[in-house]
Amino acid sequence: MITKATTHITQNEALIFERSQPGRKGYMLPALDVDETPMDELLPAAFRRSDDLEGVPEVSEVDVVRHFTRISTWNYNIDLGMYPLGSCTMKYNSRLNERVARIKGFANLHPLASEEDSQGALQLLYELQQHLSEITGLAAVSLQPAAGAHGEMTGVMIIRAFLDARDGVGEGDRPRRHVMLIPDSAHGTNPASAHLSGFTVKTVRSTPEGQTDLDALRELCAAGDVAGLMLTNPNTVGLFERNIREICRIVHDAGGLVYMDGANMNALVGWARPGDMGVDVIHLNLHKTFSTPHGGGGPGSGPCCCTKELEPYLPVPRVVRAGEDRYKLDFDYPKTIGRVKAFYGNFGMAVRALSYIETHGADGLREATEAAVLNARVIAHGLAGDYHKPFDDPPMHEVVFTDKRQARKGVHTLDIAKRLIDYGFHPMTIYFPLIVQGAMLIEPTESVGRQEIQQFIEAMRAIAREAEETPDLVTNAPHTTRIGRLDEAAAARKPVLRWRPEEKAAVA
Amino acid sequence: MADIPDDLHYSKDHEWIRVEGDTGTVGITDHAQNQLGDIVYVELPRVGDSLEAGGVFGQVESVKAANDLYSPVSGEVTELNETLNDDPEQVNKDPYGAAWMLRLRLKDAGEVDKLMNAAEYEDYTKKITE
Repeated sequence: MITKATTHITQNEALIFERSQPGRKGYMLPALDVDETPMDELLPAAFRRSDDLEGVPEVSEVDVVRHFTRISTWNYNIDLGMYPLGSCTMKYNSRLNERVARIKGFANLHPLASEEDSQGALQLLYELQQHLSEITGLAAVSLQPAAGAHGEMTGVMIIRAFLDARDGVGEGDRPRRHVMLIPDSAHGTNPASAHLSGFTVKTVRSTPEGQTDLDALRELCAAGDVAGLMLTNPNTVGLFERNIREICRIVHDAGGLVYMDGANMNALVGWARPGDMGVDVIHLNLHKTFSTPHGGGGPGSGPCCCTKELEPYLPVPRVVRAGEDRYKLDFDYPKTIGRVKAFYGNFGMAVRALSYIETHGADGLREATEAAVLNARVIAHGLAGDYHKPFDDPPMHEVVFTDKRQARKGVHTLDIAKRLIDYGFHPMTIYFPLIVQGAMLIEPTESVGRQEIQQFIEAMRAIAREAEETPDLVTNAPHTTRIGRLDEAAAARKPVLRWRPEEKAAVA
Repeated sequence: MADIPDDLHYSKDHEWIRVEGDTGTVGITDHAQNQLGDIVYVELPRVGDSLEAGGVFGQVESVKAANDLYSPVSGEVTELNETLNDDPEQVNKDPYGAAWMLRLRLKDAGEVDKLMNAAEYEDYTKKITE
């Protein structure tokens, strides 16, 4: 009989707690060469643990390294293959950008270094602002927000500050115009940002074609209490809002402002500019559109771009030009909403985004947009015969299908997503947007070539056939993974949040 | 086929209400729980809160998504079904019985007449699932 020293990486891995050996440790200290101070003088016994760190794993350095290296090989990630999560724009993060971000002058620069010693970094931030301004067609930019929802919140706070200055503050510190309109297809963060800024959310319904309903919008605007509209374009069903200029006109005529959620900018860069459409303020996701890392802790970056009219309200400090080849931090904006992030935002992401923009150039950015849209359309075309496609319009950078045909055989969106894992792909976004029942939102991005797109289409077609002929195979998927289908409901209802020694036997 | 009891009134947002005198008992329909999937959390308002017809009174979270709960009529909340805190799965098992969500004192009994009866709600769900 063979006794294996350790499990192979294809097998399951014990928890680090279960690897614990009494007395094992990962450090060695030199002998004390000063007088010992009694512990009670440093920290009274009442504030110290008395259980000798009961339950904390006792492991050596090599135990820790091997354990975490083993688990790290289990992650599906953007460097392994296609990651078609709709609405997330999981594009490739180029090695060049990583290299540039590690240039010592950028990586080691202290955030409190003097302006004089930070000229290169300030110039980089300034140039990125200029590029983002040109790409969005909006006059002014703040790179401070740390992620999409943060940029969105910043944008809504700017709208609030502008309206308070224009109309005065209403009763109980509420905005005088207090209604924020949000389409029923929106990301969930939109109503959250509006609510946190004191607005009341009203929903604008979509038409059966997946566009904002203009009549519903006009009716809501006629009430006279509309502060603004938060719109995603292309919207979350992957369609360009064809009436965007008319939408902006209706909101502006009613005295409101238009905020655009820039989550889907990957469909527009180099081809259409929100500023030209009539948008007043937008956030961008550098970790989507501009290829900085997305997920795994990022960190993210959600710059906020706005019109000249809203510029005075942007967060401070602003990075401005102070003469030929000189840049400075400018705090002198009396109407500013204030600081929204320590220092100047997630600087390392600004370095990567600028590297992405500069290496592509204007032509390259346009081409990336074309490829992102073309890839989504190839999938839309390739799957239309097998899956129900709820909207006829050609999609932009992402396409939504539903489980309507497969549901007749008892196979649902979740099952299809799980089965896709067996074919080697990360699943698509499921059950979003909420207005599409059983939604499967697929966004290939420009980072995949024809061959991989074709493989994806073939995998999805194969699953459609399985749903027809052997539905159990799909409803019990995945079959090829380390562990099978997880009970997500039990995990959410009765989560086990920490390991306890006494539970070890029960779990095993 | 989804279960639709005859003695309840239904809203377009898939809530039901049982009216007894000036008290209404509110929950979500079998069709709604079926669409939502496994319910993992139910957030309810407080006793004494006043609800507006069509206004949000809470949230229901499933493994798929979080969705708002809309009050079918206006009124003041008098009682909550606190057992849903620990056993949200009752909404999947018994949406019209054990998983009632709240009771309220009706503000305007006329609002009930604007809701659908069982036959109308059945037609309505058929239409939207086509």
